[in-house]
Amino acid sequence: MAENSIPIRTISKPAEGEAGKTGDWRSQTPRIDHDKCSKKDSCLLCWLYCPDGVISSTFPLEIDLTYCKGCGICAEECPRKAIDMVDDK
Amino acid sequence: MGRIEIITANTAAALAAKLCRVQVISAYPITPQTPVTEELAEMVENGSLKAEYITVESEHSALASVVAASQVGARVFTATSANGLLYMHEMLHWAAGSRVPIVMACVNRGVGAPWTILNDQQDTVSQRDTGWIQIYCRNSQEALDSVIQAYRVAERIQIPIMVCYDGFILSHTSTPVDVPLQEEVDGFLPPLEDRSGIDGHTLMNVNPLILSDPRPDPEGRLMPGYMEFRHRLQQDILDSVNEIQSADEEFSKIFGRSWGASVWTYRMDDAEHAMVSMGSLASECTLAADQLRNEGVKAGVVGVRVYRPFPRVEIVESLAGLKTVTFFEKDVSYGYQGALAMDAKAAMYDSKHRPLISSYIVGLGGRDVRPDQLAQATLKCVGGETKHCWLDVRDL
Repeated sequence: MAENSIPIRTISKPAEGEAGKTGDWRSQTPRIDHDKCSKKDSCLLCWLYCPDGVISSTFPLEIDLTYCKGCGICAEECPRKAIDMVDDK
Repeated sequence: MGRIEIITANTAAALAAKLCRVQVISAYPITPQTPVTEELAEMVENGSLKAEYITVESEHSALASVVAASQVGARVFTATSANGLLYMHEMLHWAAGSRVPIVMACVNRGVGAPWTILNDQQDTVSQRDTGWIQIYCRNSQEALDSVIQAYRVAERIQIPIMVCYDGFILSHTSTPVDVPLQEEVDGFLPPLEDRSGIDGHTLMNVNPLILSDPRPDPEGRLMPGYMEFRHRLQQDILDSVNEIQSADEEFSKIFGRSWGASVWTYRMDDAEHAMVSMGSLASECTLAADQLRNEGVKAGVVGVRVYRPFPRVEIVESLAGLKTVTFFEKDVSYGYQGALAMDAKAAMYDSKHRPLISSYIVGLGGRDVRPDQLAQATLKCVGGETKHCWLDVRDL
């Protein structure tokens, strides 16, 4: 094979941000109303359903906006309607 | 020297896989490939071949299994035919993109519907754009030798290879085959070097998501985009012509047989007219050439052994400057012509002396093709009557 700087196959160690800073993809951002989301008997369904694992499992909830794609699943699943999707612009 | 055995191409392919000391086999039986799977299963069962034989529910899973095994460093083998190959279609792309050195015996059979179990080459020819190397064999000896050569080529350049041979015509016909000794094959084919990058202790992502543009991976290395990986595959498959050539030369030093790398010729030294074909049909063309020579027509045969990478340079050198060229093939790109003729005509576009060209689709679904039919069709082109059509389609 000729000398080539391009590797022949893709292989990587699993790591945060492997698919890039996917927060760039977002057109809407989840906004949490921490009064509605009660720490005491909270369900963490948002944490469970988040396909990107960017919601904390500790309170108050935090969303890592570097990687949140803004899919809105957390807002859809929240039984307390504590999460709103708001336009970024 | 090995020993001469009277065997089919299916047995030859199975013996070749054994001689190459394959470590993982996964295949789903389909006529006419079935005896390959049965004979390998028997070898694993009786202990004469130390390999894992993974039974699966489909061809898609068969190829997925050997892709996975190859990705962690095993030498792997599979085999299929016709609709089984087409069921692998997604995994064919996946295997080439994963750059795994799989060798697969493809026993050429017509594609349903309507069902046929008999031979043509529509199955493999229609998979030419998947990034695999394709070798078409003339006889059972070439099938055995090509499997051995294919491992050497595939493992050096990390590109999977289909070794294609015609169903029933070769797969179920017994002919004398020189079966090499194990130590000869060991001398030609070293144990597979593990280039997987996987150590068995560290969790790794294989084929992670790749974006369009290059970007740093989490460890800070600049990773190419999708296009760079795919361009590398294209470059390497084009360059593989040299590896195929050197593998055939090294093979002939040890085993005393050469198959002519990408293209072989028959009676072409002083030829004015060529027949061009692939597989056992090309072998049959040599009988037609003899017949034409007896009639005073200076005809020869150019056999395409390696169809992908397409041997552009060799084709042009063999054909440009001739008076006529007639293609015979057992495949068609529906809505246009035979794939081999299309590719070869495109290759000759820049040549100064372009021959008259005819192309014929023949022998689909096992329709018998006789040398005198090939000779008659060639004579039409020799007489200046060029045609692009099907041969021997009957009025009922």
